[in-house]
Amino acid sequence: MSVTIKVNGVSHTLDVELEMPLLWVLRDELGLTGTKFGCGIASCGACTVHIDGEATRACVTPVVSVENREIVTIEGLAEASGAKAALAPIQAAWIAEQVPQCGYCQSGMLMAVSALLKENPKPTDAEIDEAITNVCRCGTYPRVRAAIHSLSNA
Amino acid sequence: MDIKNPTRRGLLIAGGLAGGGLLIGYAASGPSRRHQLDKVASGEGERFVATWLKISPDNVLTVYVPHADMGQGVITALAMMAAEEMEADWSLVKAVQAPAEQAFANESLGQRFTEGLQIPSMLTGVNDAAWLKVAKFMHIQLTGGSSSVRWTGQHGMRVAGAAAKDLMIRAAARRWSVDPSQCVARLSHVHHDASGKSASFADLATDAAELSPSSNPLLKNAKDYTIVGKPIPRFDIPAKVDGTAKYGIDVQIAGMLYAAIQFVPVFGAEVVSYNEAEILKRPGVRKLVRLPSGVAVVADNFWRAKEAAAALELKIDAKGNDARSSATIYAQHDKDLAAGDGAKDVEIGDADAGLKDAAKLVEATYRVPYLAHACMEPMNCTVWIKSDGKAEVWVGAQDPLGTRARVADVAGLSFDDVTLHPMLLGGGFGRRIPVRKGFFEFPSEIDFATLIAKEVDAPVKLVYTRENDIQHDAYRPAVTSVFKVGLDKDGRPLAWHNRYVSKDDPEEAAHIPYAVANQSIRSVESPTLVPRGPWRSVAHSQHTFFIESFMDELAHEAGKDPFEYRRALLKDQPRHLAVLELAAEKAGWGTPLPKGHARGIAIQEAFKTIVAEVAEVSVSPSGELKVHRVVAAVDCGRMINPDTVEQQVESGIIYGLTAALHGEISIDKGAVAQSNFPDYEMVRMADVPAIEVHVIESGAALGGLGEPATPPIAAAVANAVFAATGKRIREMPLKNHDLTPLTAKFAQAAD
Repeated sequence: MSVTIKVNGVSHTLDVELEMPLLWVLRDELGLTGTKFGCGIASCGACTVHIDGEATRACVTPVVSVENREIVTIEGLAEASGAKAALAPIQAAWIAEQVPQCGYCQSGMLMAVSALLKENPKPTDAEIDEAITNVCRCGTYPRVRAAIHSLSNA
Repeated sequence: MDIKNPTRRGLLIAGGLAGGGLLIGYAASGPSRRHQLDKVASGEGERFVATWLKISPDNVLTVYVPHADMGQGVITALAMMAAEEMEADWSLVKAVQAPAEQAFANESLGQRFTEGLQIPSMLTGVNDAAWLKVAKFMHIQLTGGSSSVRWTGQHGMRVAGAAAKDLMIRAAARRWSVDPSQCVARLSHVHHDASGKSASFADLATDAAELSPSSNPLLKNAKDYTIVGKPIPRFDIPAKVDGTAKYGIDVQIAGMLYAAIQFVPVFGAEVVSYNEAEILKRPGVRKLVRLPSGVAVVADNFWRAKEAAAALELKIDAKGNDARSSATIYAQHDKDLAAGDGAKDVEIGDADAGLKDAAKLVEATYRVPYLAHACMEPMNCTVWIKSDGKAEVWVGAQDPLGTRARVADVAGLSFDDVTLHPMLLGGGFGRRIPVRKGFFEFPSEIDFATLIAKEVDAPVKLVYTRENDIQHDAYRPAVTSVFKVGLDKDGRPLAWHNRYVSKDDPEEAAHIPYAVANQSIRSVESPTLVPRGPWRSVAHSQHTFFIESFMDELAHEAGKDPFEYRRALLKDQPRHLAVLELAAEKAGWGTPLPKGHARGIAIQEAFKTIVAEVAEVSVSPSGELKVHRVVAAVDCGRMINPDTVEQQVESGIIYGLTAALHGEISIDKGAVAQSNFPDYEMVRMADVPAIEVHVIESGAALGGLGEPATPPIAAAVANAVFAATGKRIREMPLKNHDLTPLTAKFAQAAD
């Protein structure tokens, strides 16, 4: 079956099963490994990407459901944010606050937080708690929160 | 901060690089961790680490760090220690993880080690006894035991850096015909201030390479540090915010295939038959491989492999192992504890007599369940066994050399025929340490990937599903510990009697820092088929919960405040006392709290770092628990990178909090009952308390930081729960308990 998707502004036509989750299309078919596999059941958020600007867990998103939609992954975040520099402001904040430890969950964390901030540029702690449900086993949560607040106050 | 242990030996070697530059190598033996190292190192109980510093013609210092950075910041911290001693300009410092190569023993491997630069002549033909010994021990390159900074850094990095600086100064002095004592190194240059002459390290490198490194170079005084002790941004972070960081799971090789496994769920069961023909018809499926405890499907995409593995219908022979459950395992613990007195851990004074003389006897049994590591990056390993009999491996490992040796063993190849490419680790926590003969023999993804690769004429990437990861881990063991303590008429412990299942690493985990004249601590073995392995802080994770909860019970039995009670018994332990008092002070111990809130305190020394934590919790009338704030006080001797210290303490607390609140792997019908995050729950943003970290730089020997903050949190929270509810939690996790507060405060729970 052939399916056409647009990832980070580039169209790809692929011969894959229509129900193949977007995660595996990105990773194994397109080689975009910045989007991570964590649980396979949309529980941990490691695979979060933007579909038309909305944070979406790619591991349970059939590729056919995102045809003709704008898909943005961590690799395209800076460009999609309109940043002139190589990094989106949120990525620069992640470096400034030294957020990542092992770093594996951070692509998903950045995609989830960037979608939140687009909708709500100054989220309260309670709003952050409700919106950001990604799992980080290293426990970078205090720094994620600090980085969000640093962007809100910028 | 000298190398105090005279049995430790350091070897330094230096030489020039083609095109200019200098390479300095350092290797040393180190302290053993009981299981891993004694057995691996052929009974010698020592380990060797290899440190390399390279000065390139552009005056850049590259530090090769023989440890895996799992996010604990070790690559940056160790580079800081080397650069500090060498007086390098930090803006000219780079650091990378050392490849899994026996650089000392083999010229061609050494060449790879130095990124294709020609091997210095002094490394060729090295075959005296000392060098061969080093080579032998190079099979181990372990990151664990919170050892990187306090061992490799303290000895390898500092000494190598100081020796490099000394070479540069001597080379400059010789060139300028002045006395070395008149030359100083500053910011990657040597200066002779009297004449105004200066030269860069790169400029001096060729001359320096002609000199012999001092085996005992002078180390800097801590008060002169300009790099160590500063919060310095980590080298590894930029690649972790733009998707370019490459973990083991991200490896891509032309022609690569993917493998997924359906395991037999029951530990000790075997596969009898399966629907091979049907599975082979599925799209993209290339091959099925029968493994000792499951069947692997090899396909052209991981999702196809995973879906096909899920469609496998395995007929299994449980071999009588399907009656095992957490209840039968605990019953076996109780039986084994009742049957024998076990092996000696601590015997001081006469505990039996002390119990007899006691005014009051306090007894309790504590338990913790199995725990999975649940690294965010599911386990994976990519192996390519080529037709010429050579193999390549791509994996994120806590011990790249040990992993390489394991692949060679399983593949039936020699160590030299296996090349291992260390990748980033998406979490480790003790899980990414390879199996070794005689120790920790659980079949892991390293073994399975190798077995699969033997059957396939292409590189194969094996990836565990999260369900595989949760159900086929090497678990923090389920442990039972029984206490009997006699108190004197003033409530002080006269005798400490403790029996537990079972002995684990590190040896001192069940020891107490408190002044108790009579102690009898013994361990009883109670083996099961459930695989066990090191889990962040290893045996401290259970014993600190037991000891510090039971200490809280004793304080209440004695009618004393839990902080004051500990304080009185730590009078002879000044570092512990200072840490305990700092945590209490910063947490406002004893000051009023809102209704339903309470505090709990716990302290532990682990890997030479002392951590005390005060948890503030609330329990609602319906029993809903929330942890609001955790104040940690830490004495790790001295901080290398304060930013990393704070981060590791936060990380350790949150890792331990997940275990305390939710962590439980239970065994049902011989298999793990949990499967993924919904039933093996994690602390997430909304559950994270405010965490404050306060550090005491006592100047004591450097302690570890990756693990020591994890142990105290379970007891601190459980003790706070007792203070809030009157319910004593003697079995983890907290989610299994009805925490509805008892009306009478401090009443013992009716269990």
